[in-house]
Parts: sequence; structure tokens; C-alpha cells
Amino acid sequence: MKVTELIYLTGYQLKEKLLSRGLTAQEVVEGLFAHLDEVEPIVRAYLLLDREGAMRKAREMDARLKKGEGLGLLGGIPIAVKDNMCTSGLKTTCASRILENFIPPYDAHVVERLKEADAIIIGKTNLDEFAMGSSTENSAFKLTRNPWDPKRIPGGSSGGSAAAVSAGTALMALGSDTGGSVRQPAALCGVTGLKPTYGRVSRYGLVAFGSSLDQIGPITRDVRDAALLLQVIAGRDLKDSTSSDIPVPDYLKEIEKPVKGLRLGLPREYFMEGLNEEVRRAVEEAVKVYKKLGMAIHEISLPHTPYAVAVYYIIATAEASSNLARYDGVRYGYRAANTQNIIEMYSRSRVEGFGREVKRRIMLGTYALSSGYYEAYYLKASKVRNLIGQDFSSAFESVDFILCPTSPTPAFKLGERLANPLEMYLSDVYTIPANLAGIPAISIPCGFTRENLPIGLQLMARPFEEAGLLQVARAYERETEWHLRRPEL
Amino acid sequence: MAILDKKTIEHVALLARLELSEEEKELFASQLGNILNYIEKLKELDTSRVEPMAYATATKNVFREDTPGPSLKLEEALKNAPDKLQDFFKVLKVIE
Repeated sequence: MKVTELIYLTGYQLKEKLLSRGLTAQEVVEGLFAHLDEVEPIVRAYLLLDREGAMRKAREMDARLKKGEGLGLLGGIPIAVKDNMCTSGLKTTCASRILENFIPPYDAHVVERLKEADAIIIGKTNLDEFAMGSSTENSAFKLTRNPWDPKRIPGGSSGGSAAAVSAGTALMALGSDTGGSVRQPAALCGVTGLKPTYGRVSRYGLVAFGSSLDQIGPITRDVRDAALLLQVIAGRDLKDSTSSDIPVPDYLKEIEKPVKGLRLGLPREYFMEGLNEEVRRAVEEAVKVYKKLGMAIHEISLPHTPYAVAVYYIIATAEASSNLARYDGVRYGYRAANTQNIIEMYSRSRVEGFGREVKRRIMLGTYALSSGYYEAYYLKASKVRNLIGQDFSSAFESVDFILCPTSPTPAFKLGERLANPLEMYLSDVYTIPANLAGIPAISIPCGFTRENLPIGLQLMARPFEEAGLLQVARAYERETEWHLRRPEL
Repeated sequence: MAILDKKTIEHVALLARLELSEEEKELFASQLGNILNYIEKLKELDTSRVEPMAYATATKNVFREDTPGPSLKLEEALKNAPDKLQDFFKVLKVIE
């Protein structure tokens, strides 16, 4: 099998080839790194590569296959991990100077699960510093480029993970999603990205940003792989008390069910001003596919949608300002040199260690929580958050799933939105509400612009309805071929 | 219209333990002002009868048995320390 074919298999297909002994895990890893050496200088998705660890795991897989032993659910599949999830013995930087040399002494729960499932971890991917951003340009270390057009951003903050899956330098990846950071880069890079229900996946070992919003999710080549990866990472973990003990269904079995008769809602607030025309057309075409599959289409209203971005930038920054207080130069991370007293040591370590967007958000969050402003900002935002949540619960009384665009525009050019933070924040207008409401949402490829840039379709569901969400996404994927297109690198 | 003056920026920076440069103070004063103006739109909504929502799930306090389990070894916990002395993290004098 040629390298070019191998690297664009889905994880699911690759595992079958390994089990039928058509391929060895070592061939896979060698082939993948050969391809990576060619395209990574252009795409720049990784902050760290673990070639040795990957080869070691591949040899172990091959030895087990030779003995006729089985493999775990992700047996032999090369996977990339966003660099805000702790990997024991491997640097975890959050793309921040403040954690530039941090080597975690433990694995995040999801990383532990990947290892138990026999995944081959290839490396750690680039992100906006502490996952704060929508373009991966806020990384302190490098710019990642969109594999479909290297002059454009890959989206963010899980830009490295999405770019790697799109460019064939990982078959699957993990991202984290606080306001769209899995779905938006997946949409902009032409791959699949799932944000599970808040509490479906343990956040233990995920470096905290907005603790009431953060969720880890799969970034994959297709819906079947997203189901496979979710199967491995979902479930209760005693180390994260917000992780749910609701049973995890057999996703791979559920997703092939027909969708006929299910009700699909189109929220009119998601199709108004600011939506790119090509994106609108692609999403409307997708609706026709669902109509053909026998789904009932209803127009619905989520009236508080216009307030979601404002709510988010209060709540997420407030939580971030509190979470990031731990970076004080005492126990780990960067410490400024030659300071005179402890307060100066904290303040200079932080100002020298954090990048500009992180400082901006800490300032905003601190302001929103400070005495005299708490009620006007944080409390107000928490109340409007409730209204946004109620919008969804009433909508889900009359429809089963909600369909809309993932991002109002395709990938924008590098540097285009850096000067105006507010404009960058508005890139997440369609993805933020799902985080505020805690519901699951997925982005799948649904077309390309005239400039050959991928377009993403977003589906949302009731809490803990990932099986149905994946089922509806899979139904579209079976009818279309957008997910099979590959960038020319 | 929300405007952040230099004094407010300096107060917030102190609370956040960020020793901002003069340039950053000016930049943030105008950028945060813009963002806060955008956020003003929340005031359009009457929320007097709405409960605040802190978490999206219905989960209440979760308790478990208080049983001892393995924890980090001392040397592992100290491995990433910027400075240490014997079994401690070393910092500048805290008490006068």
C-alpha cells in the first residue's frame, strides 16, 4: 500500500487492515512520519513529535498481532493530542511561554484512555495560547497554516489538531472546545469535530480555561471515527466530579440507524446578517439531503442567540481569570528573574510569561468579577446564559436536532483579524451557544467555496444525545462525498 | 458607553497580578472598552425574574468515600519547580 493511500485511511479502516495483517503498525508509523516530514514544514501543526514513543508502541502492536492477540479499540491508530492535555513525561505547553518547559508527572484521563485503547500517540499539536482564540495565531511558538490554503488560518483554538487530521499527519486527534475550538477548526479544515455534552468526557488533566464550558472532543476524518474515539474517552471519571455516570451507549452500533421521521430544526437567528453567501448555500443544500432522507424540517427560533457572544466573553474570561491565577511562578512554570519581593515576582512572571490575548482576557475577567462590577457583568451574564439554555430546551420540545452553519465564514487569511479582538470573537457566534447550554454539537464537511475552502455544517442535540447526533451526521455523510476530499500539499 | 480609564486598568492589573507596560495599559484600555460596549447589549434584557446559571448540567455536589489512594511522589511534585530547597518550593521572603 502506498504511503499516500495509507495516511488518508480513517482510523476504523486502518485498524481493520492491521487486524487482517495487510499492513504492520510499523509500516504505518514509518509511512506517516515520511509524509509528515514533507508536509509539516508547510502546515506546522505540531509543537512536539514523539517519534520514538510512536515507533515503540507500533513495535508492541506488531508483536501482539504476530502472537494472534487482539488490539484495543484504537489499536495501532496514529493520534495527535492538543497540547493542553497532560502527557506524562512529554512537554505540555498550552502554546504558552509560561509553560514552555513544563513536563507533567501524570496523564490526563483522556490520554490514559487512549493508551489503554492502544492508540499510537504521534505528538502534541499547536493551539491558541491556553486555547484562547479562533485562529491558532495566539500560539507563542508557531503559526499553523490551513492545509487547503497555507495563506489562511486553520481555525482555532484546536487548529493544530484539525490541520494534522486534514493534512494526513494524524489519522485522528483530540481537541478541546470552550466556545467552538473543536468544531470551528474542523469546519475550516474540512474534517469532522465533535463537542460532547458537558460532563460526557472527563476534564482531568485538561489545562483549565473556562471550567463550566470546557469539553474534550474528537477531530476525525469521518463520523464513524468520531464515534469510535468518543467511545474510548466518554464516561465517568472519579477525578472529575462533573463527569457524568449516565451510561455510554455503543455509538458505532447506533450511528447506522435510519433518520427517517426525525425532526430537524433550522434556527432562523443562525441564518441572518453576517453569514457568508457560499456558506449559506452549502448549508441549505445539506437541508435538502435531510429532506430526501425523510426528516421533517421545521423553522425554529432561538431568540437569545444575539446575546451569546457577550455572555460568553464575560463567563469564559471570568472563569479564565480565576483558573489562570495558579500561574504564579512558584510551583511550576516560568519565573521572572531578579525580582525584589513576592508580589513583584508574581506580577512580572505573569506579565512576561503570558501572551497578549491571555492578558487581555485575564483583565476582562478580573474586571467582570471585581467589586462593584460583579452584578452588572458576571451575574447578568449568568442569567442570560440561563435564557439561552431555556431557548434550547424549548426548541427540543418540538424538534430532535438543530442544524446550522458551524462558522459564518470559511477560513480567513493569516493576520486578518488580529488587530480587532472583537471581530475575532464574533467568529464563534454559531458555536458558543452549545457550550453555554452544555449540549453536544458536531461539525461535518458540507461543501467547498469557489476558492476551494471547506465549509462546515453544525448539528446540535439534547444533552447526552451523542448517539443520535452522530447518527444524523452519519446519515448525511453516507449521501455525500465532501469528507473524502483531500487538500493538495 | 463603558470607558476604562488608566486608574481602573491599573487597579484591575493589580488584582490580576499583571505588571503591565504603559503601552499595554493604553492598548487594553481602548480594546476592553470596545468589548465592554459590545457587552452592554445584555442590558436590553429584563432578567429580574431569571435565575443565574453557573453550570449547564443538573449535577449537584458529588461525594465519595474519603479513602486514601496513591498521590504524587515528592520528587515528582518538585520536578517542575523554578526554584527549590530540600523538600520545599523556594520563594522570596513573604513575611517582613
